[in-house]
Amino acid sequence: MKLHEFQAKEIFRKAGIPTPNGQVVTTADQAGQAAKDISGPPWVVKAQVHAGGRGKGGGVKVVKEASEVATAAQTILSKPLVTKQTGTEGVTVNQILIEEGVDIDREFYLGMVVDRATRMPTMIFSQAGGMEIEEVAANTPDLILKEHVSPITGWLPSQAGNLIYNLDPVPPPEVRKGLMAVMANVYKVFLANDCSLVEINPLVTTTDGKVLAVDAKMTIDDNAMFRQKALAELDDPREKDPLELQAEKYDLNYIRLDGNIGAMVNGAGLAMATMDVIQSAGAEPANFLDVGGGADEEMISNGFEIILGDSRVEAVLINIFGGILRCDVLARGVLAAAEKTKLNVPLIVRMEGTNVEEGREILQTSNLEFLVAKDLAEAAQLVAKQV
Amino acid sequence: MSILVDENSRIVVQGITGNEGRYHTEQMLDYKTVVAAGVTPGKGGQDVFGVPVFNTVRDAVEKEGANVACIFVPPPFAADSIAESAAADIKIIVCITEGIPILDMVKVGNYIKDKDVVLIGPNCPGIISPGKTKVGIMPAPIHREGEIGVISRSGTLTYEVVYQLTGAGFGQSTCIGIGGDPIVGTTFIDHLKRFNEDPETKGVVLIGEIGGTAEEEAAEYIQNNFNKPVIAFIAGQTAPPGKRMGHAGAIISGGQGKAEDKIKALQAAGIAVAMNLATLGETAKEIMG
Repeated sequence: MKLHEFQAKEIFRKAGIPTPNGQVVTTADQAGQAAKDISGPPWVVKAQVHAGGRGKGGGVKVVKEASEVATAAQTILSKPLVTKQTGTEGVTVNQILIEEGVDIDREFYLGMVVDRATRMPTMIFSQAGGMEIEEVAANTPDLILKEHVSPITGWLPSQAGNLIYNLDPVPPPEVRKGLMAVMANVYKVFLANDCSLVEINPLVTTTDGKVLAVDAKMTIDDNAMFRQKALAELDDPREKDPLELQAEKYDLNYIRLDGNIGAMVNGAGLAMATMDVIQSAGAEPANFLDVGGGADEEMISNGFEIILGDSRVEAVLINIFGGILRCDVLARGVLAAAEKTKLNVPLIVRMEGTNVEEGREILQTSNLEFLVAKDLAEAAQLVAKQV
Repeated sequence: MSILVDENSRIVVQGITGNEGRYHTEQMLDYKTVVAAGVTPGKGGQDVFGVPVFNTVRDAVEKEGANVACIFVPPPFAADSIAESAAADIKIIVCITEGIPILDMVKVGNYIKDKDVVLIGPNCPGIISPGKTKVGIMPAPIHREGEIGVISRSGTLTYEVVYQLTGAGFGQSTCIGIGGDPIVGTTFIDHLKRFNEDPETKGVVLIGEIGGTAEEEAAEYIQNNFNKPVIAFIAGQTAPPGKRMGHAGAIISGGQGKAEDKIKALQAAGIAVAMNLATLGETAKEIMG
């Protein structure tokens, strides 16, 4: 689950990670009011959306007059924000963060993720702040420093030392102290909130020696939501695709893609591979949908309905390898959905595994119109005929 | 032969009295797997399909000589179950559970690191040595005893591959699902080493997916150290970056984990990559035939 910048910053401040002063607003009027309470000039007006690349997409504006804050907010709120992560239709901006501008001396990157190889939370630090870290990693890998944190010791001051004394030039003592505190507190935030990502880019030092998190990204491990109930309330469903949101309610793994062939599959790996098969047949998948290894009739029915609810879908491929999920259960689920939602696109069904004969019979004796693929290769051929 | 598990493996099912634990215990017993014991705290003294239930893994080891664990415990408690088995000296732990918080796995992953224990999973279908034993949830009838080793990060995708292998006339020595989570107990390389030393495994099929760099590392190992034919398949060539594709570990992030990079690395190491799942069986005939 992703948090908005202003939500992450609130968690930061409570954990002792300083941020610029600011207020979150939803209208241009409120933005104008907020400017009176926040010191400036300058003021920074920032769209609060989950998608990255806001700055380049025009979602962040720096203004020098208090009177311009409302105008800048109005501009951002008035149209969908298009960034490289949103697609061409963009996303609606519902909330805006108004912040005091800061006099930046230096910009750093500070992030924490779990490293798969060492199985440890890992602090990533770079003096190339304010830039995309992927680009820094690709062009100047020497500028990226990492410290793995053993769950036995936790974050150690000596590890902060490894990162900070590597800077060129080494910052003065009060700045070093500020950076060390932020690093220790980022680790605490990471653990306390079951994060899969914490990112501050940039983390800045100001001309008067302060250390401030100017941006903030936090992603919470979805698997840990059962013990992070307070964070669950910070979820913003407006940021999600409506079909993805519907799938989430039904406990289905659904991701909307750009193509026109709907796909329903059991198991994530097979679902990805089925998308690839669709593409190599010359078509494009409209979605990723994993109904799960142990789906029941209702989940199948819900999943099929979500696919049929996507107006771009021109044909549907069902690929089920029955294991725990039996093919007869699948067949009944498909029929249940087809009764509720009229099926007016071609349907290709490929199934194999547990109770496959029974499943085929259920479909064949129904009035549902569909094409049978005896294996995946034939399914691909049938998909190719639809485009 | 087979690796990791065979007819001498004595399984303890953790979470045996839950729905999944019960169902798959029955399935495993049908396959002649020796399910020696089950564990559910507070339910010691009961039995499930004749399998005695204990309160702790330690009891199951002492009383029934269990040496392989198979875990069906719900996500909030599953990391504890892994640690419990490791502490009770179980050498092979298969964790089926999907959805364990990653920070729980950070702790357990580091706890077992220096122990003599092999953790398969979490979030995996388990291991099967066809004709000998099945420790997990895979549909048994698609497998056949034979000479191909299978290592995979996925569940149903592995079934599809095994189905095609069997259909093309290739039986399997052992099939291992290493799991779809970011932190799993073993890598492709751990099992490639075992298959390299198993005289009856003649070739290996490696099934990867987007996310992480395990396939790239496997490619390097195979090029330098592995002397049997390998076929690789990578799922997720059409997956968009930044989206978690079902498995917690299947995500392209920070420019890392793309299918095309993995395929390139494997091909550069001289490994045959099946570009299309639909024709993997055919590819197997060309390479292994």
